[in-house]
Amino acid sequence: MTTSEKSFDAEALRARVADVLAAHDPATTDRLAFLRARFDAGLAWVHFPVGLGGLDAPRELQSVVDAEFAAAGAPDNNPRRIGIGLGMAAPTILKFGSEELKQRLLRPLWTGEEVWCQLFSEPGAGSDLAALATRAVRDEDGWIVNGQKVWTSSAHTAQWAILVTRTDPDVPKHRGMTYFVLDMTQPGVEVRPLRQITGEAEFNEVFLTDARIPDAQRLGEVGAGWQVAQTTLMNERVAIGGNAQPREGGMVGKVAETWRDRPELRTPELRDRLVKLWAEAEAFRLAGSRLRQQLAVGQPGPEGSGMKLAFATVAQQLAALELEILDEDALRYDEWSMRRPELVDFTGRDAGYRYLRSKGNSIEGGTSEVLRNIIAERVLGLPSEPRTDKDVAWKDLPR
Amino acid sequence: MTTADLLYSDVETDLRASVRDLLNDRCEPASLLARVESDEPYDLELWHTLARELGAAGLAVPEELGGQGASTREVALVLEELGRSVAPVPFLGSAVLATSALLACDTASAEVADLVRKLASGTSTGALAVPLSTMADAEFPTAVTAAADGTLSGTVRSVADGAAADVFVVPATGPDGPGLYAVEATAAEVSAPVSFDLTRPIADVTFGGAAATRLAGSDRAPGAVTGALSTGAGLLASEQLGLAQWCLDETVEYLKGRYQFGRPVGSFQALKHRLADLWLELVGARAAARYAADTLARGDADAPVAVAMAQSYCAETAVHAAEECIQLHGGIGMTWEHPAHLYLKRAKASQVAFGAPGRHRAALGDLVDLPG
Ligand SMILES: Cc1cc2nc3c(=O)[nH]c(=O)nc-3n(C[C@H](O)[C@H](O)[C@H](O)COP(=O)(O)OP(=O)(O)OC[C@H]3O[C@@H](n4cnc5c(N)ncnc54)[C@H](O)[C@@H]3O)c2cc1C
Repeated sequence: MTTSEKSFDAEALRARVADVLAAHDPATTDRLAFLRARFDAGLAWVHFPVGLGGLDAPRELQSVVDAEFAAAGAPDNNPRRIGIGLGMAAPTILKFGSEELKQRLLRPLWTGEEVWCQLFSEPGAGSDLAALATRAVRDEDGWIVNGQKVWTSSAHTAQWAILVTRTDPDVPKHRGMTYFVLDMTQPGVEVRPLRQITGEAEFNEVFLTDARIPDAQRLGEVGAGWQVAQTTLMNERVAIGGNAQPREGGMVGKVAETWRDRPELRTPELRDRLVKLWAEAEAFRLAGSRLRQQLAVGQPGPEGSGMKLAFATVAQQLAALELEILDEDALRYDEWSMRRPELVDFTGRDAGYRYLRSKGNSIEGGTSEVLRNIIAERVLGLPSEPRTDKDVAWKDLPR
Repeated sequence: MTTADLLYSDVETDLRASVRDLLNDRCEPASLLARVESDEPYDLELWHTLARELGAAGLAVPEELGGQGASTREVALVLEELGRSVAPVPFLGSAVLATSALLACDTASAEVADLVRKLASGTSTGALAVPLSTMADAEFPTAVTAAADGTLSGTVRSVADGAAADVFVVPATGPDGPGLYAVEATAAEVSAPVSFDLTRPIADVTFGGAAATRLAGSDRAPGAVTGALSTGAGLLASEQLGLAQWCLDETVEYLKGRYQFGRPVGSFQALKHRLADLWLELVGARAAARYAADTLARGDADAPVAVAMAQSYCAETAVHAAEECIQLHGGIGMTWEHPAHLYLKRAKASQVAFGAPGRHRAALGDLVDLPG
């Protein structure tokens, strides 16, 4: 690591932050105006290109910038509310979008003015995303889309969606797909809530009936939707499992807090399980740091594919243990009413909610079984399952 | 908490390559199997090459005391490679335990400095006379007593690498309280019980009024023993990691080539998923082991947490990997001829070394404010 070079860059970034703070006092500036100014100064995501909210700086310097703004009491863009936009749509648009599209979409995406959702999964296509059936057909001014998507988080708050469609049913499934960004506010888009085991409806079904998309909103070539979707999915798994966390960040912190607050509930057996999970959470937190250190020196390791899997497993076990620790209190739940949350609130609600919501961790963004397949085949090089669907036209697949 | 460096440096990677070359050459499974049943379970020739030619015995010893002036990070790396080949060399006993204890004594004293030099250069091999299962937080050992004339008496069971030692570093309690002593192996009675771990046999050591040199008194001796055991526990995690990595690699290779039901058994998802889980466990184990080696090297205040975490986690990973290795090899894995059992025996014995995982978790709970 070239520490001297880095600290120079960090210094330069701190100076830039100071300039923004001097020109736009967070105490008196409107939140949105402040966020726009921060974006225009290249301090939104420093690894993005100049002119698109970044400075072409190393990604790991973002934490320096975030810390400086936070210390000055500046508003942030509430990243958990716009996770799909930041973690999935933005990197895909950056890689595959035209210049006009990037200019139009990235700034309001980052400031949170426009919320994004991900229209990938369908009733007949989940783990096997490439089986999807939503049809996009060309007409003179663009594309007409018909079909149904499902499990779409944030569709009820979203202005925009990233969308994968079937454009050629006559070729094998991986080859006949095309990727778009879709305006969710048009009449052809209908969003219906889907209630979850937690009681709330954080995800939705989305019906597309003659929805229209200008060809300029296509990402990648016609027929290359699978490759574009891979970029989104890789970033999704990084976003879910790969964030820098302090020790006891996330689920383990909540359970540790319960343990400290409730001495009367402690038993030796629960303690051994808690400390075991604490150690696992800490080992994978360190593994995440290790992964980022590898990336920073340009030796990306295969560990990335495991982080989301580890995160899901540990979070679920911790949440389950917390209910056992709570004993009689585990018999109660905060409320079952159907809310329409803007974000997943793991820490603001009760242990019962955490337990139930964490069940989704091993399903959303690639199930744990699918991730194990990926590790076994791509990391360990074990042979793939015999497959019958590779060379068959999509329209002839068994359903 | 300073940010720990969890990677392998270029120097460490080079060191790994030299150690691995040597072990690939001189410690392949067939000769290993023949050796563990012979009268000479230790490969002293290999040990001398490692210690003297590669300088591995004195890695963490300062240059002015005849060592390489590196740190526990490099020691951990050598342990990873030794674990990978379950090499029968007294590295843990001599280069880790005895040397750590000596470095915590007053190295300005001629007796201490002289002994450190001998161990660091590999001209002499040491062992710390405590049972391998002793945990760092245990009371100061009472098995050996020092008489007023400075001689030692008592028996210590299950000493790691005791049979290969030229000199014992012995915690003993005398008229002035706890002390640390050096005793020549020729002045002790060393017997070899049947060891569960074939590649790191244990020894029972009896001192019957043995002549001894005092290395430290009550001010330093308890800290030296605790420190050595804690360092041993933290670095053993790297050996366990290396062992687990061998088990995983070997199993993956075998399953790619073994055909049943007309396909490689490695294409069955039930097995792929087990191996994916094991691989993931190793990702966690590597981070934990590196963190322990790095915090120990820097004397970081978080080192006790790192050690308890790494030892509890990596001990279980090694056993899990070795057990999967046997199971997924099928019948061949159950044979004496296949080396997998050497790994299982090392893994299972190492699980109780320096305290079983549950005891490290109890210690960890105290350290991170998760009281019982
Ligand atoms: C909380 C939540 C939020 C979500 N948000 C979104 C969103 O915003 N946008 C979106 O597009 N999707 C979203 N999803 C959908 C999610 O991506 C899918 O649910 C997931 O990919 C699994 O697909 P499926 O539900 O059809 O299950 P299936 O694919 O039908 O799987 C059923 C079972 O079979 C297993 N399985 C499937 N294939 C294999 C295989 N090859 N080997 C072994 N086991 C296999 C699975 O692991 C699972 O256990 C969300 C899901 C959840 C739970």
